[in-house]
Amino acid sequence: MNSGYKAQKVRSSLIINGVLILICFFWLLPTLGVFITSLRNSQDIFTSGWWTIFPHKEQMQTEEITLDASVNVDAPIEVQGITATFEELRLGVKTPDGRTLTWYGNKRTRKISITEEQWVGFFYKPLTINNYVDVLTGKEIRFTDASGNEIIRKGNSLGSAFLNSVAVAVPATIIPILIAAFAAFGFSWLNFPGRGTIFTIVVAILVVPLQISLVPILQDYTKLNLNGTFLGIWLAHTGFGLPLATYLLFNYMSTLPRDLLEAAYIDGASNFTIFTQLILPLSVPALASFAIFQFLWVWNDYLIALVFLGDKSRVVTYALASIVGEKGQDWHLLTAGAFVSMMLPLAVFFALQRFFVRGLLAGSVKG
Amino acid sequence: MQKSSGSTGIIGGLAATLGRILISFFVPVITFLILWWVFIFLRDSEAPQIVIVLVAIVWGVGGVAALYVVSNWFVEQLPGDWARKLQPFVYVGPAVVIMSWYLAVPVLRTLALSFKDDIGVKWVGLDNYIFAFTDRIMLETFRNNLLWMIVGTSFSVGLGLLIAVLADRTRFESVYKAIIFTPMAISFVGAGVIWKFVYTYKGEGVGIEEIGLLNAFVLAMGGQSQPWLSLPPWNNLFLIVIMVWLQTGYAMVVISSAIKGIPLELLEAARIDGATEVQAFFKITIPYIKGTLITVITTIVIFSLKLFDIVRVMTGGNNGTNVIANEFYLQRFTYGNTGRASAIAIVLLIAVIPVIVNNLREFNKDRRAF
Repeated sequence: MNSGYKAQKVRSSLIINGVLILICFFWLLPTLGVFITSLRNSQDIFTSGWWTIFPHKEQMQTEEITLDASVNVDAPIEVQGITATFEELRLGVKTPDGRTLTWYGNKRTRKISITEEQWVGFFYKPLTINNYVDVLTGKEIRFTDASGNEIIRKGNSLGSAFLNSVAVAVPATIIPILIAAFAAFGFSWLNFPGRGTIFTIVVAILVVPLQISLVPILQDYTKLNLNGTFLGIWLAHTGFGLPLATYLLFNYMSTLPRDLLEAAYIDGASNFTIFTQLILPLSVPALASFAIFQFLWVWNDYLIALVFLGDKSRVVTYALASIVGEKGQDWHLLTAGAFVSMMLPLAVFFALQRFFVRGLLAGSVKG
Repeated sequence: MQKSSGSTGIIGGLAATLGRILISFFVPVITFLILWWVFIFLRDSEAPQIVIVLVAIVWGVGGVAALYVVSNWFVEQLPGDWARKLQPFVYVGPAVVIMSWYLAVPVLRTLALSFKDDIGVKWVGLDNYIFAFTDRIMLETFRNNLLWMIVGTSFSVGLGLLIAVLADRTRFESVYKAIIFTPMAISFVGAGVIWKFVYTYKGEGVGIEEIGLLNAFVLAMGGQSQPWLSLPPWNNLFLIVIMVWLQTGYAMVVISSAIKGIPLELLEAARIDGATEVQAFFKITIPYIKGTLITVITTIVIFSLKLFDIVRVMTGGNNGTNVIANEFYLQRFTYGNTGRASAIAIVLLIAVIPVIVNNLREFNKDRRAF
């Protein structure tokens, strides 16, 4: 290889890395902003952008002067070596030496603050974890209305929503896997009439949009009194997750070596023993990848929780969405809440990413 | 299995079998009753939340496992021939029942409801479909969903492809990929909050400082701050950015693994023959991963067809950002019109029928197992 070729290689590698770094920077920026904001005081959040926590130049008040009572504020005022009218001072006037004079309040206050651009470093406005405390405990709001009734409004406690999400997500992950594993074993290794037809239907409903089910299932739930219950939402997530789970596990289990199972049958093992002692342990990779898939899906789901669980047991997505709706400008609650809702899925995701990717590659079209 | 029947004669053996069957009936019934009782307890209880949550988890997971163990035990008590015939249904049955209840049968029930009035009583013929295909709001949702499908999918797949190809040539591939991939773990509601903060707008006035990233950037460039999410039709594009942010990771990972499957000799041979990188990309890489690309595009198109959470959280469908799934939700839960909602759901189903047909065709092509 000659040196020209090498130089070209270095140059193209620099360009490629540069482009990727730029894309990654834009990918991370919104999340970084929300994370930093979640750690700032609510006052600071509202008055300055989150990027101001980085060192930058800022107008700092160095002095405050009160004009003498003898000064006529309706005429141009001479102060600190400049002359300006009240209106100009209200908007801020720059002095030749770089300071800014700003009148604050109305004419009667007679107060002018003098500010100067200065460098500020990290954390000149201190960070806090209060937002997280606030959003996790979600104090009850009590107030008395005009006719004297005391009104108690439920705070948006993400702490209890977090628990509810766990109560929804753990069974709604394990139950479909269990049911799908039994079914996949049946479809791949047992013989029964209608096997092919039934499995074809499973393949057909893989991508059916779940909106199809919401109206009739809601009617059933109202009749069965299942609305707002954990059982109801577990079953719903199970129903919507089962086709994909059965399909993925079937694909995996049907590739297990035939000899192995035949040997076990000859040794007199029952179907149940073969399933629990042989098939399940061998299918752990497939089970794990679907488990992560389903867990993330259930944890992050909003529609099904909104329709079947509603206000009775708020899950994190529901609670977060209602903060958006009720307190859309309370960024200290919203940003901290967003991070609380992301913690668990992100942890699961990073710990088990390998399995997740495998699940994705196995085909991931869900209705 | 037939240990006792030999010693006590035929009648005794029959009684024993019958007894087994009877007991076998009781066990599942009692299991079910206990589970139901705990369910009622959970529904009405005032116990501390953490207790309820723990009981719920143990009950739900344990209950399902117990149902399988018990019904398998029940079937194994039956005479051998029956056991063999029934056992597959113990394994497959629950899944089939649940899938039928939740997905297969609702297709027909929703279809029936779509021809009925708002409370599902009187038949109204095609009225709901006339609404679904001619109403101004519905036409707007069609336009927007088309926008989501075309713009959202092409940017997600395009960026995913670009990043996968570029990252393949660097030493830090896993770092880049992890960063792009991470949003996949975030809920759409969470992503909605993140981006709402990027787009936030405070307005003009003395001493007001924009705290949203986009407005601050626009101001720094000398522009005017804008309420980005209430500017039709551009607000749709600002919402689509969120979807691209979420879905590019998926496209990238799947495409990246397909690229890794391209034999190196193939690319080497092309380079020796004097092909440039761009030529190699279009003549070898793209044709080689065509199947994967189609899968990824299909998945993301279906995703954008059913998109709901982002629009619901960000704009509620106002200011010209409504989409089909959100209009479905509004019709059913805000206006209480099951007929129209069902018709909209059927429209969504019709849109995915080509994918269903294709899935079935692919499946039939290689159903070795049957």
